[in-house]
Amino acid sequence: MTDLAVELRGVSKKYRYFTLDNMHLELPRGQIMGLIGANGAGKSTTIRILMGLVHQDSGVARVLGRNMPSEQVAAKWDIGFASEDMRLYESMTLGWHMDFIRSIYPTWDGAYAQLLLKRFGLRAEQKIKGLSHGQRVKSALLLVLARKPKLLVLDEPTTGLDPVARHEILRELTNVMADEERSVLFSSHNTQDVEQISDQITFIDRGRIIDSMDKETYLDRWRRLRLEVPRGVELPALPGIIGVQREGRLAVATSNAFAPDLASAYESSGARVQRIENMTLEEIFVANVEHSREEVEA
Amino acid sequence: MYLQIMERIKQRIAAGNWVDGQPIPSIRQLAVDLQVSVITVKRAYYELEREGVIITQPGKGSRVSSTPGLGARLREQELRAHLEQAARIAAEMGIPLDELEDRLRQAGDRVAQKEEELI
Repeated sequence: MTDLAVELRGVSKKYRYFTLDNMHLELPRGQIMGLIGANGAGKSTTIRILMGLVHQDSGVARVLGRNMPSEQVAAKWDIGFASEDMRLYESMTLGWHMDFIRSIYPTWDGAYAQLLLKRFGLRAEQKIKGLSHGQRVKSALLLVLARKPKLLVLDEPTTGLDPVARHEILRELTNVMADEERSVLFSSHNTQDVEQISDQITFIDRGRIIDSMDKETYLDRWRRLRLEVPRGVELPALPGIIGVQREGRLAVATSNAFAPDLASAYESSGARVQRIENMTLEEIFVANVEHSREEVEA
Repeated sequence: MYLQIMERIKQRIAAGNWVDGQPIPSIRQLAVDLQVSVITVKRAYYELEREGVIITQPGKGSRVSSTPGLGARLREQELRAHLEQAARIAAEMGIPLDELEDRLRQAGDRVAQKEEELI
């Protein structure tokens, strides 16, 4: 039995105008991974490969210890997948969908489903065609959550939701973590959501994984150094500094591999370090994408 | 992120909500309660253990350290951090220390006044 819920090894997929290039990632069991990246970065394609919906050209994709796409039928009993383009039957009620899913999956938890109905403010007797966007998203999530799958794979579960609905969903995702056998992989552009609930962070940009590691280690590596630079002092180029913005006597240096000796190196060059600041995932996201694009173009 | 969780735990201890030697929630349980990731709480517990605020015993979970006066010590730390922050901002603004002293006294008067109004 493997300890990994999700594993990609050297996965590539070529399209005419887009390539997923040599993807590696690992999600240990019992953890939540947030997949972040700009629009068109390759998040959804990655998720589709994991679900066996898109077949990779090369490389290994394993989900709950099963190879995708070849063992997808067996794997899917234990995976709950929801994406925005998932269609529910418009003329049927939510309750009809609940009965339908219950008849297929023996792990369906009826009491939990009733609880979720209440928490999400949904009514079983309502027809899908009368639901708002937020209610549809919550309905689709209810249908996968109540199955209590070993792995939840959610493509943009909070996109287009109001703050209250977003919190309800984040709460259910963290509740899943009370059971250490269960895992979650979700994609989002909302860095705040990812920062709050993820154990692992994977950054995708233009079909490549830029970074994939545990969140606290990741956030810890990034810092912003606010410097005062006297006239005539040249700032040295230091390893671990990915960008410096200078404005008169003030400069801001961004590091993606922070260590205290970076500050002392600036000090000994004649600059004064005013402050060393932590960065939010949002700030890191922007700095990281810009930096990696400069590297690619250089 | 883990710094915020450490802060929240220290506040609970400083306020006496969590007392010396009291068992505290498991990492996973606190993550669910606070709706943050397990890894964030794990890091916060690790750092709190290093600071001697909590004690973790394998298989038994974590408890608040039985150091006498722990709550008072945490409040003291908090006060010192705020004072240093004020001194730093004053230095950046070019305000001398004796003026800062006066300003602190004025702030004290304002706080006392507000408390009187509440009574």
